[in-house]
Amino acid sequence: MPELTGAQILWECLAREGVDTVFGYPGGAILPAYDALVDAPIHHVLVRHEQGACHMADGYARASGRVGVVVATSGPGATNLVTGLATAMLDSTPLVAITGQVGSGLLGTDAFQEVDVTGVTLPITKHNYLVTRAEDLAGVLREAFAVARGGRPGPVLVDITKDAQQARAAFDWDAAAPKRQHRRPTPQASIADLDQALAMLAQAERPVILAGHGITLGGARDVVQRFAESQDIPYACTLLGLGALPATHELALGMMGMHGEAWVNQAIQEADLLLALGMRFDDRVTGKLSSYAPKAKKIHVDIDRSEFNKNVSVDLAIHGDVQSVVEGLLAQATPRERPDWRARLRALRGDASVRDIQSLPDHGVLYAAHVIHDLWRLCPEATVVTDVGQHQMWEAQYWRHEGERSLITSGGLGTMGFALPAALGAQKARPDQEVWVVAGDGGFQMTSCELMTAVQEGLPLRIAVINNGFLGMVRQWQEFFYERRYAASPIQSPDFVKLAEAYGLTAFRVDSRGQIAEAVAKARAVTGPSLIEFRVQQEDSVFPMVPAGAALDEMIRRPAPSVLAETGADTA
Amino acid sequence: MTESHCILALLDDEPGVLDRVAALCRRRAFNIQSLTVSPASEPGASRMTLVVEATEIGARRVVAHLEKLVNVQSVDLLQSGDLARDLCLARVACGPAARPAVLQLAEVFRARVVDLAADSLVLECTGNRTKVDRFIEVLRPYGLLDLGRSGAVAMARNSEPLALGIPA
Ligand SMILES: Cc1ncc(C[n+]2csc(CCOP(=O)(O)OP(=O)(O)O)c2C)c(N)n1
Repeated sequence: MPELTGAQILWECLAREGVDTVFGYPGGAILPAYDALVDAPIHHVLVRHEQGACHMADGYARASGRVGVVVATSGPGATNLVTGLATAMLDSTPLVAITGQVGSGLLGTDAFQEVDVTGVTLPITKHNYLVTRAEDLAGVLREAFAVARGGRPGPVLVDITKDAQQARAAFDWDAAAPKRQHRRPTPQASIADLDQALAMLAQAERPVILAGHGITLGGARDVVQRFAESQDIPYACTLLGLGALPATHELALGMMGMHGEAWVNQAIQEADLLLALGMRFDDRVTGKLSSYAPKAKKIHVDIDRSEFNKNVSVDLAIHGDVQSVVEGLLAQATPRERPDWRARLRALRGDASVRDIQSLPDHGVLYAAHVIHDLWRLCPEATVVTDVGQHQMWEAQYWRHEGERSLITSGGLGTMGFALPAALGAQKARPDQEVWVVAGDGGFQMTSCELMTAVQEGLPLRIAVINNGFLGMVRQWQEFFYERRYAASPIQSPDFVKLAEAYGLTAFRVDSRGQIAEAVAKARAVTGPSLIEFRVQQEDSVFPMVPAGAALDEMIRRPAPSVLAETGADTA
Repeated sequence: MTESHCILALLDDEPGVLDRVAALCRRRAFNIQSLTVSPASEPGASRMTLVVEATEIGARRVVAHLEKLVNVQSVDLLQSGDLARDLCLARVACGPAARPAVLQLAEVFRARVVDLAADSLVLECTGNRTKVDRFIEVLRPYGLLDLGRSGAVAMARNSEPLALGIPA
């Protein structure tokens, strides 16, 4: 049995778990681990802020389906992870965070850079550990990966005291196999549940599938698509469900919820059956609960049964992974068609499209929605990582996501500053994939220091900064609900082109629609990272909008244009 | 309608487990009535009885959340017919004159005298929560000088070992 230091055991375990890249930042309490990293077959990406490291690990995981790993030192290094861990927790990203801790003899003494990290992160991790002995490390790490991946995935933190990194212990991989996993066998839907679901489906005239992130996490895309086709059931996606099923499919409705398209929310309100797959009826999705989908019976399929009846009471809750449950349904359901319902939905959609900004002439103004739409047309295969705000919603509305994992965005926590670092992680996970950052001028400035990380790593990231001179989403709420009192929402920015150039990127500026294609072509031709600043219409708003607390069909719509589209703008 | 629900769980006996249960209840705004933990008969495990004030659906959600904690071995929602016992120690102000009456009440509740002083005595009473509540109420007029209650310790009536999850 080889004797290794705790630090060596750490990297050995990570390598055996399949980790090839970690994102981190060194410091005193994690130095023994960094020293051993020199000899480990693992690439370390040096970030500029630990929050960035956590988002990178998150983006890495979301782009690849593998576990992302972030490393930080004790105290301030670890507390800088908090936002990133909460982001990963809310969006069910499998992540392992390794933090250094002061020596075990100093625990509880307020030693230099000591923070109770397991205490701080308890509510924002799926589980966490404090390891004070090298001999416990392998078992803890193996379990940490199993927990991060298992069931509904999530972030796990392992806090390792400095002496546990330095001490030697026998390393026995096999003996360290996780022992508590048997307690949580994968749930299996009962025959009775499947039969009841089938009976409800058979009776439904106007069903809608609500497609969530769980479809991607559970590898259920194919079977859900086949099921939707066999039953002729249209599907609406949550924000994180975009890309889980193809967006241009004839059954695809689009995004639901606060900024969902009018016809999607209308479809949900008119539906007589909702089949919710791997989604959690978030308040941004339901609007006012008492008037949510009033005519619909509801079936909820999820791997996490604590989600059942949390926000919306359902008629049937099926505890299981989406893939096996839908497989079970598909095996027994008789194919059918629903021409009336489909015709009704087509009519709803036609009514909405005249108000669509795509039908608006640009009159020389650069609309963010046009930018997103054109970007999608030019780079349909790209993976997009968005920040949070108006641009995020326009992206969700106007970029048609065909492929799984082609949209990476902070949904549950809505973390500004997420896009650039998460995109870096995504690019690291999938080096051959074209990755675009779409960020606002506000959020981009929160983590723009990571531009240097992209340069140091030589990553060919493409960055679109949608500059409207405002914290746009805040401004929009102030316009609608606070009488246009723009408190703290106008925001100044550096010259983004110069800023990017200072970091060593190649950068471009666009202020009219006609310049988009050329700038994008030039940006894509650059070997390293490149950035385009889009100077867009300043006081534009995202439509439609369901105000917080209103019913889904009480939407604020874009004012109907008096002059309809004569521009030939693409309305696809 | 909310009512008391009794949840029984076996936990790994390791540091921080109670933190997790308490943090979970606080975070999800579950209303804890009582929480008792003691070593279980299995080595390495602790046995927890948690009483929450919740609707039936709410109680099931507590169970579903507890199930997700890595160091929870098993968890069960007890039915109303199951066994739950509370212990209370009550020091009652009572000089020689009141003593016979208090002792008579103690007898009715099968409480025992565990300490006796000139002007007070301590009674020990066990039973389900309603019984102990009533016991305290009848003593109150005499003057309760001190009161300690354990919170419920519970057990299912059937002999099935504790299993993960809610019975179907
Ligand atoms: C870390 C963080 N702080 C504050 C917010 C609240 N917030 C949501 S959207 C938004 C404005 C975003 O502005 P910008 O990045 O310029 O994007 P835009 O909305 O203009 O597209 C703010 C401040 C948040 N989501 N995250």
